[in-house]
Amino acid sequence: MRSDIIFRIMAKIMIPLMLVFAFYVHFHGDFSPGGGFQAGVMIAGAVVLYAIVFGVRSAQCIAPQSVVSFLAPFGVMLYSGVGLCSLVFGKNFLDYSVFAHHPKHAHHIGILLIEAGVIVTVASIMIAIFYAFVERGR
Amino acid sequence: MQLFETIALHYNYAVTIFLMVLGLYIVMVCGNMIKKLVGLALFQTSVYLLYISPAKIIGGTAPILDSKFSLYSNPLPHVLMLTAIVVGVGTLALGLALVVRINEAYGTIEEDEILKRRSEENLNTEKVEKV
Amino acid sequence: MELYINAVLLTLLVVVTLAIMCQQNLFAVVVLFSAYSFLMASIMIVLDAVDVALTEAAVGAGISTVVFLGTLYLTKSAKIRSGQVELLPLIIVFLTGVVLVYGTYGLPTFGLANAPIHMHVAPFYLEQSIPQIGVPNVVTTVLANFRSFDTLGETTVVLTAGIGVMLLLKRRNKKGGDRT
Repeated sequence: MRSDIIFRIMAKIMIPLMLVFAFYVHFHGDFSPGGGFQAGVMIAGAVVLYAIVFGVRSAQCIAPQSVVSFLAPFGVMLYSGVGLCSLVFGKNFLDYSVFAHHPKHAHHIGILLIEAGVIVTVASIMIAIFYAFVERGR
Repeated sequence: MQLFETIALHYNYAVTIFLMVLGLYIVMVCGNMIKKLVGLALFQTSVYLLYISPAKIIGGTAPILDSKFSLYSNPLPHVLMLTAIVVGVGTLALGLALVVRINEAYGTIEEDEILKRRSEENLNTEKVEKV
Repeated sequence: MELYINAVLLTLLVVVTLAIMCQQNLFAVVVLFSAYSFLMASIMIVLDAVDVALTEAAVGAGISTVVFLGTLYLTKSAKIRSGQVELLPLIIVFLTGVVLVYGTYGLPTFGLANAPIHMHVAPFYLEQSIPQIGVPNVVTTVLANFRSFDTLGETTVVLTAGIGVMLLLKRRNKKGGDRT
């Protein structure tokens, strides 16, 4: 598919839009439908489209296997790290009130942090699953 | 009109059960493992419908708060199903990975052929042991 | 009106499911399953579950189709043998269906505002979302705040499933060491 000019041009137009929409869904998830899970899957979808059009080798240049397999557990650790952070400061597990004085700001920071953990884990696991299936076929 | 409304009100649950039962049938009857996994995914999707249907309120709106609305559907089943979908694709990928490994080991993904090959292998090993 | 849109979409869903059951070509089965996911996402929108619809459209129609197609490529399988209709599974499945449909008559009427499901914790979530947390999307609030333990568990399950896939599909070097 590398020689097909329509796929290449359309992918070059679509992939940035997909990534921007994924981050919109992630950061605007407080006010509109969306959140870490959906955004993670969309980012993985953009990488899969890139791999289909330009080849897996070039996709592994922008999202290397080592980075992906590092980020997958990192997201879960970030999530549980937020919980442990509130434990350390003497609150319940995943109690966000330690992050700021005003409770609403604290909740905003907490939601942002754990959604970041979710998006990192989901995106990298989906990319890793895709790589695993493709690598097996070589 | 009354009859239509009665049917429409029960239609949701009936279709949910129908999808569930059809997924079960595909899992039971199809020997091909990929189609079996599709059946399992159908069953899973019918469970999403089973959870989302009771959360709906007729005349209500999506649970994103705004001063113009007062009636919202129940957000709790949405949260449960949202995470279930993402976990579902993870387990589906795990099942498909197992299918790939089975295909590499036996050269087929048809259930009866795998069983046949296994019984042949067992016979061969028994013969070797007797000799 | 929304009841009838819902009914039409559900009928389409049934048609697609029957097509999946009768189809012998595995590639067609996978594409039909993708169409099924999109239909399911539309139904979720009609049922006011917008977050679930977004997830279903991205996951069910996107990633799982990619994974299915990858498996089809790896197993080099295109068609399945036409299986005859077997009587015993059909009877079991039919009886299960009848019992379950009978069970649904005990459920509260669809779309009622004072059904038991809307009386327990849901009003608390809807009322407390703005005053306590200041986030209008209640699904995000419940996901990340009221029930963040659940979400931690789900994220861990996704991680575990991914690790399982990587372990199953990773090739080993001939010398016995791990490949990069």
